[in-house]
Amino acid sequence: MMPVGEHWDLSLRHLALDAISAARADSGGLRPQALYVANVLAPALSGQSHLGALLADFTGLRGVEASTIEASGASGGVAVRQAYLALTSGALDVAIVLGVEKITDKASGQVQAALATSTDSEYEAVHGVTPSTQAALLMQRYLYEHGAPKDSMAGFSMTAHQNAVTNPNAMFRKAIRHEQYARAPIISEPLNTFDVAPLGDGAAALVLARAAALPNRHDYPQVVIAGSAVSTSALAVHDRPNPLHLTAASQSAEAAMLQASLSLEDIGLFELHDSFSIFAALSLEAAGFAAPGHGWKLAQNGDISLAGKIPISTFGGSKARGDPGAATGIYQLAEATLQLQGRANENQVPNAAIAMTQCLGGSGATASTHILRRPN
Amino acid sequence: MNRLASMETSQHWRLRQQRYALVGEVCPHCTTKIFPPRDICPDCGEDARDLYQFSGRGEVYSHTTVYQAPSGHSSNAPYPVAIVRLEEGPLVTAQLTDIGDQPVEIGTQVEMVTRKLGADGERGMLVYGYKFRPILAER
Repeated sequence: MMPVGEHWDLSLRHLALDAISAARADSGGLRPQALYVANVLAPALSGQSHLGALLADFTGLRGVEASTIEASGASGGVAVRQAYLALTSGALDVAIVLGVEKITDKASGQVQAALATSTDSEYEAVHGVTPSTQAALLMQRYLYEHGAPKDSMAGFSMTAHQNAVTNPNAMFRKAIRHEQYARAPIISEPLNTFDVAPLGDGAAALVLARAAALPNRHDYPQVVIAGSAVSTSALAVHDRPNPLHLTAASQSAEAAMLQASLSLEDIGLFELHDSFSIFAALSLEAAGFAAPGHGWKLAQNGDISLAGKIPISTFGGSKARGDPGAATGIYQLAEATLQLQGRANENQVPNAAIAMTQCLGGSGATASTHILRRPN
Repeated sequence: MNRLASMETSQHWRLRQQRYALVGEVCPHCTTKIFPPRDICPDCGEDARDLYQFSGRGEVYSHTTVYQAPSGHSSNAPYPVAIVRLEEGPLVTAQLTDIGDQPVEIGTQVEMVTRKLGADGERGMLVYGYKFRPILAER
């Protein structure tokens, strides 16, 4: 994992190289037969497509099967799913999944326009809608429909910032107080700056392997993928019967838990999608950790903190670790892996044995859920 | 050039019936009204290609204001955006206009009007389409 932030001195390919080199070293030098790249913005912001060949070659993997997986903010999870399918089918023994975004070379208007292509261009983006607008519309409706107070999302932001204080890879390592949230400038009402995750350059990589391909001795307990799922819903917010119910998130969580033969009570931590605070509430509700309209309350009573019932954003989430776009899902899985390996240092969730990660594309049009398990 | 939603003239042209007249579809099997048109009924899954013109009346389902506009829309910022529940059932996303003194709230009654959505750059083609405005109380 590279720290998320403004890497003026690093290009897309150098970010990728650093992340892949670190992951391969951590794996004990496994040689991958395929590279899956999760990326959305390189064509629009770096004028670069065809990342599979570019990055396989540049990172010393010339010759391997390689391609880009794009599903907006869910790209990372979907790329892991593709690698998982290839490994479990028996076609591959070792694969590497890379999430990488280079965002800060371009000005805000161009970044917003590139992000808006993940909405329905003909029926949302043409009206000036961006992902922030979608989140604001959902949050406005949520507060109205559930009679929730204006500051109901504050706890998500405060928890994320608290957890990021001790994460060396985080963009913002500073706790925030409720007054700061309440006074923050509005981005798109009711969204304020502390409801919105800051976009940054980032790269993270995972080495996935079939059990038989693992070396006999390794430095850390090897974490198992116990469940893997991807679901979709309508792209445009207005095309969903109930926009406040993230059906893709519900379905993929359910499928992953079914595959793992687990239920919600078994999940020790949940790395959810918090590019906007409202999605943290909606994701907790979609997975079943809270009833509709009650997700925000888990952020009020300590349930989502590291020692709580269902810790989320344990290294700061996208809100405070920084939002690396398509790489988000890879950061989530890497962070969950550190938790299960007992390598999370001050961010360690006590006795973490099972973790769920979930990333969303757009405002929930794609959802990918994974369940990781520490071997007994 | 800063195009609206990176769309070309031909893309806008293909949508002229939707943009100027809110033409969607009605499912001949279950009578569900569909906007935007999608040819397969989202409710019953059957073919649904019968055209249907919506009245343009509805109420605000949710609303916000965009301050950080994407390029192509920056000269209009800040601008209000809403999701409107059309009286025939579907939700539609659009900008609000002609707001006047009354604050827009969830539930505010609105009607469709044709307005300029933007321009393709400073000297480019003007793009027109639907926006919604509050229905004025009868005087």
